[in-house]
Amino acid sequence: MHRVRVVVAKPGLDGHDRGAKVVARALRDAGMEVVYTGLRQTPEQIVRTALEEGADAVGLSLLSGAHMELVPRVLRLLAENDAAEVPVFCGGVIPPEDAVRLVELGVLRVFTSRDTLPDIIEWAHATLRPLEVVE
Amino acid sequence: MTGTPLRETLESARRGDIRALARLMARAENHGITEADLGAPDVQGRTGAAGTVIGLTGPPGVGKSTFVSCLVAEYRRRGKRVAVLCFDPSSPLTGGALLGDRIRMQEHADDDGVFIRSVASRGHLGGLSVTARAMIATLLAVDFDVVLIETVGAGQSEVEVASVADRTIVVLAPGAGDGIQMAKAGVLEIADLYVVNKADQEGVHTMVRELRAMVALGTRDIPVVTTTAARREGAAEVIAALGTED
Repeated sequence: MHRVRVVVAKPGLDGHDRGAKVVARALRDAGMEVVYTGLRQTPEQIVRTALEEGADAVGLSLLSGAHMELVPRVLRLLAENDAAEVPVFCGGVIPPEDAVRLVELGVLRVFTSRDTLPDIIEWAHATLRPLEVVE
Repeated sequence: MTGTPLRETLESARRGDIRALARLMARAENHGITEADLGAPDVQGRTGAAGTVIGLTGPPGVGKSTFVSCLVAEYRRRGKRVAVLCFDPSSPLTGGALLGDRIRMQEHADDDGVFIRSVASRGHLGGLSVTARAMIATLLAVDFDVVLIETVGAGQSEVEVASVADRTIVVLAPGAGDGIQMAKAGVLEIADLYVVNKADQEGVHTMVRELRAMVALGTRDIPVVTTTAARREGAAEVIAALGTED
Protein backbone atom coordinates (compact mmCIF):
# COMPACT_ATOMS: atom_id res chain seq x y z
CA MET A 1 0.00 0.00 0.00
CA HIS A 2 1.47 3.33 -1.03
CA ARG A 3 -0.61 6.32 -0.05
CA VAL A 4 -0.09 9.69 -1.67
CA ARG A 5 2.22 11.78 0.51
CA VAL A 6 1.87 15.55 0.33
CA VAL A 7 4.13 18.12 1.99
CA VAL A 8 2.16 21.26 2.83
CA ALA A 9 4.38 24.24 3.58
CA LYS A 10 4.28 27.94 4.27
CA PRO A 11 7.26 29.66 2.70
CA GLY A 12 8.35 33.10 3.79
CA LEU A 13 7.44 35.42 6.56
CA ASP A 14 3.67 35.64 6.73
CA GLY A 15 2.13 34.17 9.87
CA HIS A 16 -1.30 33.24 8.56
CA ASP A 17 -1.51 29.47 8.44
CA ARG A 18 -5.22 28.86 8.61
CA GLY A 19 -5.47 28.16 4.88
CA ALA A 20 -2.54 25.75 4.97
CA LYS A 21 -4.02 23.90 7.93
CA VAL A 22 -7.47 23.67 6.36
CA VAL A 23 -6.02 22.25 3.14
CA ALA A 24 -3.78 19.85 5.08
CA ARG A 25 -6.78 18.63 7.01
CA ALA A 26 -8.87 18.28 3.85
CA LEU A 27 -6.19 16.22 2.13
CA ARG A 28 -5.96 14.03 5.22
CA ASP A 29 -9.72 13.50 5.03
CA ALA A 30 -9.25 12.63 1.36
CA GLY A 31 -7.07 9.71 2.50
CA MET A 32 -3.64 11.21 1.90
CA GLU A 33 -0.66 11.33 4.25
CA VAL A 34 0.09 14.99 4.79
CA VAL A 35 3.29 16.34 6.31
CA TYR A 36 2.82 19.90 7.52
CA THR A 37 6.03 21.90 8.01
CA GLY A 38 4.65 24.81 10.02
CA LEU A 39 5.23 28.50 9.45
CA ARG A 40 8.06 30.59 8.07
CA GLN A 41 9.97 28.03 6.05
CA THR A 42 12.73 28.83 3.61
CA PRO A 43 12.55 27.27 0.13
CA GLU A 44 15.64 25.25 1.13
CA GLN A 45 13.88 23.81 4.18
CA ILE A 46 10.79 23.00 2.15
CA VAL A 47 12.66 21.21 -0.62
CA ARG A 48 14.81 19.28 1.83
CA THR A 49 11.63 18.26 3.66
CA ALA A 50 9.98 17.16 0.40
CA LEU A 51 13.03 15.06 -0.49
CA GLU A 52 13.34 13.44 2.94
CA GLU A 53 9.64 12.72 3.18
CA GLY A 54 9.44 11.28 -0.31
CA ALA A 55 6.71 13.76 -1.22
CA ASP A 56 4.48 12.90 -4.16
CA ALA A 57 3.46 16.58 -4.25
CA VAL A 58 4.26 19.87 -2.54
CA GLY A 59 1.54 22.36 -1.62
CA LEU A 60 2.59 25.94 -0.88
CA SER A 61 0.42 28.51 0.87
CA LEU A 62 1.40 32.16 0.47
CA LEU A 63 -0.37 35.29 1.61
CA SER A 64 2.66 37.53 1.86
CA GLY A 65 2.86 38.74 -1.73
CA ALA A 66 6.28 37.14 -2.12
CA HIS A 67 5.01 34.25 -4.26
CA MET A 68 6.90 35.34 -7.39
CA GLU A 69 10.15 35.09 -5.41
CA LEU A 70 9.55 32.03 -3.29
CA VAL A 71 7.61 29.66 -5.56
CA PRO A 72 10.08 29.79 -8.48
CA ARG A 73 12.86 29.23 -5.97
CA VAL A 74 11.18 26.05 -4.71
CA LEU A 75 10.78 24.86 -8.32
CA ARG A 76 14.42 25.61 -9.05
CA LEU A 77 15.68 23.81 -5.94
CA LEU A 78 13.56 20.76 -6.74
CA ALA A 79 15.02 20.69 -10.25
CA GLU A 80 18.56 21.11 -8.91
CA ASN A 81 17.95 18.10 -6.67
CA ASP A 82 16.78 15.92 -9.55
CA ALA A 83 13.20 16.14 -8.29
CA ALA A 84 11.54 18.26 -10.98
CA GLU A 85 8.86 15.60 -11.40
CA VAL A 86 7.42 16.33 -7.93
CA PRO A 87 4.32 18.40 -8.67
CA VAL A 88 3.95 21.76 -6.91
CA PHE A 89 0.60 23.43 -6.28
CA CYS A 90 -0.06 26.75 -4.58
CA GLY A 91 -2.79 28.65 -2.89
CA GLY A 92 -3.26 31.99 -1.22
CA VAL A 93 -3.48 35.57 -2.35
CA ILE A 94 -2.12 35.29 -5.87
CA PRO A 95 -3.28 37.69 -8.62
CA PRO A 96 -4.50 35.99 -11.85
CA GLU A 97 -1.61 37.29 -13.97
CA ASP A 98 0.89 35.90 -11.44
CA ALA A 99 -0.97 32.59 -11.41
CA VAL A 100 -0.57 32.34 -15.20
CA ARG A 101 3.13 33.08 -14.90
CA LEU A 102 3.60 30.51 -12.11
CA VAL A 103 1.94 27.83 -14.22
CA GLU A 104 4.23 28.75 -17.11
CA LEU A 105 7.17 28.29 -14.74
CA GLY A 106 6.02 24.79 -13.84
CA VAL A 107 3.46 25.05 -11.03
CA LEU A 108 0.81 22.41 -11.67
CA ARG A 109 -2.11 24.39 -10.28
CA VAL A 110 -2.75 27.68 -8.47
CA PHE A 111 -5.80 27.79 -6.20
CA THR A 112 -7.41 31.06 -5.19
CA SER A 113 -10.10 32.08 -2.75
CA ARG A 114 -12.67 31.27 -5.45
CA ASP A 115 -11.80 27.57 -5.25
CA THR A 116 -13.70 25.56 -2.68
CA LEU A 117 -12.30 22.79 -0.52
CA PRO A 118 -14.21 20.14 -2.52
CA ASP A 119 -12.59 21.60 -5.67
CA ILE A 120 -9.15 21.10 -4.16
CA ILE A 121 -9.91 17.56 -2.98
CA GLU A 122 -11.39 16.57 -6.34
CA TRP A 123 -8.32 17.94 -8.10
CA ALA A 124 -5.98 16.13 -5.70
CA HIS A 125 -7.79 12.82 -6.20
CA ALA A 126 -7.75 13.17 -9.96
CA THR A 127 -4.18 14.40 -10.25
CA LEU A 128 -1.85 13.24 -7.50
CA ARG A 129 -0.30 9.78 -7.69
CA PRO A 130 2.45 8.01 -5.80
CA LEU A 131 5.79 8.57 -7.55
CA GLU A 132 8.15 5.68 -8.19
CA VAL A 133 9.55 3.37 -5.54
CA VAL A 134 12.56 1.05 -5.54
CA GLU A 135 11.84 -2.38 -6.99
CA MET B 1 11.26 -7.06 -5.76
CA THR B 2 14.85 -7.34 -4.56
CA GLY B 3 18.28 -7.55 -6.16
CA THR B 4 20.44 -5.06 -7.95
CA PRO B 5 18.26 -1.95 -7.95
CA LEU B 6 17.86 -2.05 -4.17
CA ARG B 7 21.58 -2.49 -3.54
CA GLU B 8 22.42 0.24 -6.03
CA THR B 9 19.97 2.59 -4.35
CA LEU B 10 21.51 1.67 -1.01
CA GLU B 11 24.96 2.59 -2.27
CA SER B 12 23.67 5.96 -3.50
CA ALA B 13 21.98 6.56 -0.15
CA ARG B 14 25.23 5.74 1.66
CA ARG B 15 26.97 8.37 -0.45
CA GLY B 16 24.50 10.95 0.85
CA ASP B 17 21.85 10.94 -1.91
CA ILE B 18 18.72 12.01 -0.04
CA ARG B 19 16.36 10.98 -2.83
CA ALA B 20 17.85 7.49 -2.87
CA LEU B 21 17.36 7.20 0.88
CA ALA B 22 13.80 8.50 0.60
CA ARG B 23 13.06 5.88 -2.08
CA LEU B 24 14.47 3.15 0.14
CA MET B 25 12.30 4.37 3.00
CA ALA B 26 9.22 4.26 0.77
CA ARG B 27 10.13 0.75 -0.30
CA ALA B 28 10.64 -0.27 3.36
CA GLU B 29 7.38 1.34 4.39
CA ASN B 30 5.19 0.04 1.61
CA HIS B 31 6.67 -3.35 0.81
CA GLY B 32 9.06 -4.08 3.65
CA ILE B 33 12.81 -4.57 3.50
CA THR B 34 14.63 -7.23 5.48
CA GLU B 35 18.04 -6.95 7.04
CA ALA B 36 19.10 -9.64 4.55
CA ASP B 37 17.97 -7.43 1.61
CA LEU B 38 20.21 -4.70 2.99
CA GLY B 39 23.10 -6.94 4.00
CA ALA B 40 22.69 -5.35 7.43
CA PRO B 41 22.71 -6.73 10.96
CA ASP B 42 19.46 -7.76 12.62
CA VAL B 43 17.80 -4.75 14.29
CA GLN B 44 16.95 -6.70 17.42
CA GLY B 45 20.21 -8.58 17.77
CA ARG B 46 22.75 -5.88 16.97
CA THR B 47 25.89 -5.09 18.83
CA GLY B 48 26.72 -1.48 19.66
CA ALA B 49 28.85 -0.90 16.57
CA ALA B 50 25.94 -0.47 14.18
CA GLY B 51 24.43 2.73 15.53
CA THR B 52 22.25 3.46 18.53
CA VAL B 53 18.45 3.26 18.36
CA ILE B 54 16.65 5.36 20.95
CA GLY B 55 12.89 5.11 21.37
CA LEU B 56 10.80 7.91 22.85
CA THR B 57 7.25 7.40 23.93
CA GLY B 58 4.72 9.08 26.20
CA PRO B 59 1.30 10.70 26.20
CA PRO B 60 0.29 13.29 23.56
CA GLY B 61 1.28 16.85 24.38
CA VAL B 62 4.13 16.24 26.83
CA GLY B 63 6.65 17.71 24.38
CA LYS B 64 8.09 14.60 22.75
CA SER B 65 8.75 16.23 19.38
CA THR B 66 10.29 19.34 20.92
CA PHE B 67 12.47 17.14 23.11
CA VAL B 68 13.50 15.03 20.10
CA SER B 69 14.59 18.24 18.36
CA CYS B 70 16.70 19.10 21.44
CA LEU B 71 18.30 15.66 21.40
CA VAL B 72 19.08 16.02 17.69
CA ALA B 73 20.80 19.36 18.38
CA GLU B 74 22.90 17.86 21.17
CA TYR B 75 23.93 14.81 19.10
CA ARG B 76 24.81 17.12 16.20
CA ARG B 77 26.96 19.19 18.57
CA ARG B 78 28.84 15.95 19.23
CA GLY B 79 29.29 15.34 15.50
CA LYS B 80 26.82 12.42 15.20
CA ARG B 81 24.70 11.80 12.11
CA VAL B 82 21.12 11.53 13.26
CA ALA B 83 17.95 10.07 11.74
CA VAL B 84 14.49 10.59 13.18
CA LEU B 85 11.38 8.50 12.54
CA CYS B 86 8.31 10.23 13.93
CA PHE B 87 5.02 8.34 14.05
CA ASP B 88 1.54 9.84 14.07
CA PRO B 89 -1.82 8.08 13.82
CA SER B 90 -3.71 7.40 10.60
CA SER B 91 -7.41 8.23 10.50
CA PRO B 92 -9.49 5.12 11.19
CA LEU B 93 -12.16 6.60 8.89
CA THR B 94 -10.24 7.63 5.77
CA GLY B 95 -6.76 6.15 6.20
CA GLY B 96 -5.30 9.62 5.75
CA ALA B 97 -2.95 11.21 8.24
CA LEU B 98 -1.76 14.64 9.30
CA LEU B 99 1.87 14.23 10.26
CA GLY B 100 2.83 17.18 12.42
CA ASP B 101 5.76 16.12 14.61
CA ARG B 102 8.20 17.58 12.15
CA ILE B 103 6.99 21.13 12.79
CA ARG B 104 9.00 21.10 16.05
CA MET B 105 12.12 19.83 14.26
CA GLN B 106 12.37 22.10 11.23
CA GLU B 107 15.44 23.89 12.61
CA HIS B 108 17.29 20.77 11.39
CA ALA B 109 15.64 20.69 7.95
CA ASP B 110 18.65 22.06 6.10
CA ASP B 111 21.29 20.11 8.01
CA ASP B 112 22.88 17.41 5.84
CA GLY B 113 23.69 15.37 8.94
CA VAL B 114 20.03 14.97 9.89
CA PHE B 115 17.32 12.92 8.14
CA ILE B 116 13.74 13.22 9.38
CA ARG B 117 10.90 11.03 8.14
CA SER B 118 7.27 11.24 9.28
CA VAL B 119 5.40 7.95 9.34
CA ALA B 120 1.68 7.21 9.62
CA SER B 121 0.68 4.27 11.82
CA ARG B 122 -1.73 2.98 9.12
CA GLY B 123 -4.01 1.30 11.61
CA HIS B 124 -1.28 -0.50 13.47
CA LEU B 125 -1.66 -0.45 17.25
CA GLY B 126 1.38 -0.39 19.51
CA GLY B 127 2.76 3.08 18.79
CA LEU B 128 4.69 2.38 15.58
CA SER B 129 3.69 0.88 12.21
CA VAL B 130 3.86 -2.59 10.69
CA THR B 131 7.05 -1.83 8.78
CA ALA B 132 8.77 0.30 11.44
CA ARG B 133 11.50 -2.28 11.88
CA ALA B 134 12.26 -2.31 8.14
CA MET B 135 12.56 1.48 8.19
CA ILE B 136 14.91 1.40 11.19
CA ALA B 137 17.03 -1.32 9.54
CA THR B 138 17.30 0.87 6.44
CA LEU B 139 18.50 3.89 8.43
CA LEU B 140 21.09 1.74 10.23
CA ALA B 141 22.23 0.34 6.91
CA VAL B 142 23.07 3.84 5.67
CA ASP B 143 25.25 4.36 8.72
CA PHE B 144 23.41 6.86 10.88
CA ASP B 145 25.07 7.02 14.29
CA VAL B 146 21.83 7.61 16.14
CA VAL B 147 18.25 6.72 15.13
CA LEU B 148 15.55 8.40 17.23
CA ILE B 149 12.08 6.82 17.15
CA GLU B 150 9.19 8.96 18.35
CA THR B 151 6.02 6.88 18.82
CA VAL B 152 2.44 7.88 18.31
CA GLY B 153 1.27 9.73 21.43
CA ALA B 154 0.96 6.73 23.72
CA GLY B 155 -1.65 5.70 26.23
CA GLN B 156 -0.72 2.84 28.50
CA SER B 157 -0.13 -0.10 26.16
CA GLU B 158 2.05 1.26 23.35
CA VAL B 159 5.12 -0.72 24.36
CA GLU B 160 6.30 -1.96 20.97
CA VAL B 161 9.10 0.62 20.68
CA ALA B 162 11.08 -1.14 23.42
CA SER B 163 11.48 -4.20 21.17
CA VAL B 164 13.31 -2.24 18.45
CA ALA B 165 15.21 0.34 20.54
CA ASP B 166 18.48 -0.04 22.42
CA ARG B 167 17.16 2.42 24.99
CA THR B 168 13.61 3.54 25.63
CA ILE B 169 12.80 6.93 27.09
CA VAL B 170 9.33 7.52 28.52
CA VAL B 171 8.59 11.24 28.34
CA LEU B 172 6.07 12.66 30.81
CA ALA B 173 5.01 16.12 31.92
CA PRO B 174 3.72 17.45 35.23
CA GLY B 175 0.07 16.90 35.95
CA ALA B 176 -0.16 13.39 34.51
CA GLY B 177 -1.69 11.71 37.55
CA ASP B 178 -0.99 10.49 41.04
CA GLY B 179 0.86 7.48 42.47
CA ILE B 180 -1.76 4.98 41.32
CA GLN B 181 -1.21 5.98 37.69
CA MET B 182 2.48 5.42 38.28
CA ALA B 183 1.90 1.93 39.68
CA LYS B 184 -0.11 0.70 36.71
CA ALA B 185 1.41 -1.72 34.25
CA GLY B 186 2.26 -0.82 30.66
CA VAL B 187 4.20 1.99 29.11
CA LEU B 188 5.92 3.00 32.36
CA GLU B 189 7.41 -0.49 32.67
CA ILE B 190 9.39 -0.35 29.44
CA ALA B 191 11.43 2.73 30.36
CA ASP B 192 15.19 2.72 30.65
CA LEU B 193 14.91 6.38 31.55
CA TYR B 194 12.13 8.75 32.54
CA VAL B 195 12.17 12.28 31.26
CA VAL B 196 9.89 14.73 33.03
CA ASN B 197 9.62 17.53 30.49
CA LYS B 198 8.17 21.00 31.02
CA ALA B 199 10.20 21.20 34.22
CA ASP B 200 9.39 24.90 34.46
CA GLN B 201 5.77 24.03 35.23
CA GLU B 202 4.08 23.50 38.55
CA GLY B 203 3.96 19.95 39.83
CA VAL B 204 7.33 18.79 38.54
CA HIS B 205 8.72 17.98 41.99
CA THR B 206 5.68 15.89 42.91
CA MET B 207 5.94 13.99 39.65
CA VAL B 208 9.65 13.27 40.06
CA ARG B 209 9.09 12.15 43.66
CA GLU B 210 6.30 9.76 42.69
CA LEU B 211 8.31 8.33 39.79
CA ARG B 212 11.29 7.74 42.07
CA ALA B 213 9.04 6.11 44.65
CA MET B 214 7.70 3.78 41.96
CA VAL B 215 11.21 2.97 40.73
CA ALA B 216 12.24 2.15 44.31
CA LEU B 217 9.58 -0.57 44.45
CA GLY B 218 11.00 -2.29 41.37
CA THR B 219 14.14 -4.27 40.65
CA ARG B 220 15.75 -1.95 38.08
CA ASP B 221 17.27 1.43 38.85
CA ILE B 222 15.66 3.72 36.28
CA PRO B 223 16.95 7.31 36.26
CA VAL B 224 14.55 10.25 36.27
CA VAL B 225 15.78 13.38 34.47
CA THR B 226 13.97 16.71 34.21
CA THR B 227 14.09 18.77 31.01
CA THR B 228 12.63 21.95 29.60
CA ALA B 229 12.81 21.16 25.89
CA ALA B 230 11.22 24.44 24.79
CA ARG B 231 14.23 26.19 26.38
CA ARG B 232 16.62 23.49 25.15
CA GLU B 233 17.53 22.41 28.65
CA GLY B 234 18.37 18.86 29.64
CA ALA B 235 19.40 17.00 26.46
CA ALA B 236 23.04 16.55 27.54
CA GLU B 237 21.93 15.19 30.93
CA VAL B 238 19.57 12.75 29.21
CA ILE B 239 22.29 11.47 26.89
CA ALA B 240 24.63 11.03 29.86
CA ALA B 241 21.94 9.10 31.76
CA LEU B 242 21.29 6.80 28.77
CA GLY B 243 24.83 5.48 29.10
CA THR B 244 25.23 4.91 25.35
CA GLU B 245 28.11 7.35 24.82
CA ASP B 246 31.75 6.47 25.35
